[in-house]
Amino acid sequence: MPDPAGHFGPFGGRFVAETLMSALIELEKAYREAWRDRSFHRELDSLLKNYAGRPTPLYFAERLTEKAGGARIHIKREDLAHTGSHKINNTLGQGLLARRMGKRRIIAETGAGQHGVATATVCARMGIPCEIYMGEEDVRRQSHNVFRMRLLGARVNPVTSGSRTLKDAMNQALRDWVTNVRTTYYLIGSTAGPHPYPEMVRDFQSVIGREALPQFRKAEGKLPTAVVACVGGGSNAMGIFTSFLRYPRVRLYGVEAGGLGLSSGKHGATLSRGKVGVLHGSKSFLLQDANGQILEAHSISAGLDYPGVGPEHAWLKETGRAEYVSVTDAQALSGFSLLSRYEGIQPALESSHAVAFAYRLAKTMRPSGTVLVNLSGRGDKDMGILMELQEGGRDGD
Amino acid sequence: MTAIDAAFRRLRASGEKGLVVYLTAGDPTAAASLRYLRAAADAGADIIEVGVPFSDPTADGPTIEVASRRALSSGMNVAGALELVRRFRGTHATPVVLFGYCNPFYRYGWPSLCEDAREAGVDGFLVVDLPFEESGEALPAIRKAGLDWIPLAAPTSGMARVRAVDRAGSGFLYLISVTGVTGVRKTFPPSVAAWTRKVAKATRLPVAVGFGISSPAMAAAATRHADAAVVGSACVKIVERNGRGPRGPAELSRFVRSLKKALR
Repeated sequence: MPDPAGHFGPFGGRFVAETLMSALIELEKAYREAWRDRSFHRELDSLLKNYAGRPTPLYFAERLTEKAGGARIHIKREDLAHTGSHKINNTLGQGLLARRMGKRRIIAETGAGQHGVATATVCARMGIPCEIYMGEEDVRRQSHNVFRMRLLGARVNPVTSGSRTLKDAMNQALRDWVTNVRTTYYLIGSTAGPHPYPEMVRDFQSVIGREALPQFRKAEGKLPTAVVACVGGGSNAMGIFTSFLRYPRVRLYGVEAGGLGLSSGKHGATLSRGKVGVLHGSKSFLLQDANGQILEAHSISAGLDYPGVGPEHAWLKETGRAEYVSVTDAQALSGFSLLSRYEGIQPALESSHAVAFAYRLAKTMRPSGTVLVNLSGRGDKDMGILMELQEGGRDGD
Repeated sequence: MTAIDAAFRRLRASGEKGLVVYLTAGDPTAAASLRYLRAAADAGADIIEVGVPFSDPTADGPTIEVASRRALSSGMNVAGALELVRRFRGTHATPVVLFGYCNPFYRYGWPSLCEDAREAGVDGFLVVDLPFEESGEALPAIRKAGLDWIPLAAPTSGMARVRAVDRAGSGFLYLISVTGVTGVRKTFPPSVAAWTRKVAKATRLPVAVGFGISSPAMAAAATRHADAAVVGSACVKIVERNGRGPRGPAELSRFVRSLKKALR
């Protein structure tokens, strides 16, 4: 748990313009009240079950396990949740909170568009107007999700500043919020941003681990040797890690975007290569230059293309409780291909990073070992990128 | 008494309102930006905010965002901004506040930053994304160097927070006129005057009103209940139009004079 001001060790906190301070304090208060309120949980649980399709299954990947020839690989199927990823867990929770707070408008930033779609979905369900900020580069490479958001009635605002990706979308969402703070709810999609977002998003996502732990115990009769999840801002990883934090023998692996390789400088491996700094409201590891200017991240997956990372991950790294590794674009594409060909499951490119590392890890382990992978989303949205790559002569194999 | 305190004391004694001019360091180059700073000071700016550019200025509108990008592409950084202030100090005594975002300052390191800033002739810091709750590292270093920490108050702050930041800060209180990002506006909503008066009555620090002031008439109106007006984006637009061109500083000088005239 963070301290009362939202610090995880030296990380986190609330580094925002004064105009937003009282809104964050109001949000934290509303969130604490809602979390203590049984009727809030009743409504949320019912929506998670009947609307989002929870619990999502835990699936034993038999052929992938055979192919790896090592540890047994289990997959938590967040790709089967409504809207195609784990993002719906958090948008339902915060959507209910926004309604409870009487907010008349919801804004959000999105990278891959998964959070944007999940936000637009919840706004449609609740009848609240919705505006999504998305980097122009991401609008291009995730056009499928942009179309979905528009069909759901959301307004999608392409952001043309900076690297035109997730970081710039978040800048623009913050500018909107600081302007319309009295009427607008800012629905952050990751365990990043100022307090209370990292804690709140983690809490709403922790349903993943709360389901996965007993499911895994039932399947294997024990706890997993390792839990693997991809990390951009870090919401699906916190969602599954949280339930396992208290079991020190369960190894936790966060997989960052290695892009074109860590030595290329074109990657999103914030925890592996970043330095401590302040961006988007919290202190954490950041990709930055010696002058404290934020560097552009690079990843084939728009959802991991972010130069920051949630403060709780920074703390888990610092304390050694979780380990952070990276997987390159090419390796992620192999992960995608493996799961497609051996299991008939097409993961999102973000989740493909986790698959690639889990497969590599399982290979090095004994058959008595077990690996639990959080498959955060499905790959439908990435067909455009995959087709472009194939046409460019690069196969996913 | 700091140089900023002295400036406000002098203004009060003469019955004038103050003018705080914001310019981005290194926009469009370090040399040109020094000429603009000198022009602003010569034309009567009482305090100058020197903006340290940041890659992700989330509290700024498009004018200062683009200025920051121009400055960054000219190679400006914290050390460069300190050097700029040092050169400005060679000719002018106008108080200088270093204005910016947390990360470049944090990266430089607060203790050495404050020592180097004092040595360069900086008088205070204004950090947009550093509310007093998070000032635990910065504030002791700023105080130790004898510099001012300019606090901000926003229309959403509520009086309890306004009083708290007023107690924590020094120099002056930067009053954000309306919710939003920096940038020129044509008019203010009527609520600004009442809000300013309320803050000015409840605080001990001089109050400078900023965000959106773009003309002498707006500056005069904004300072009816306050001690000074901050004009940023409107000045930066002059730099944007003229760049390194020879007429830029003269145009800024005329604008600053017209603002100052409305405040006397």
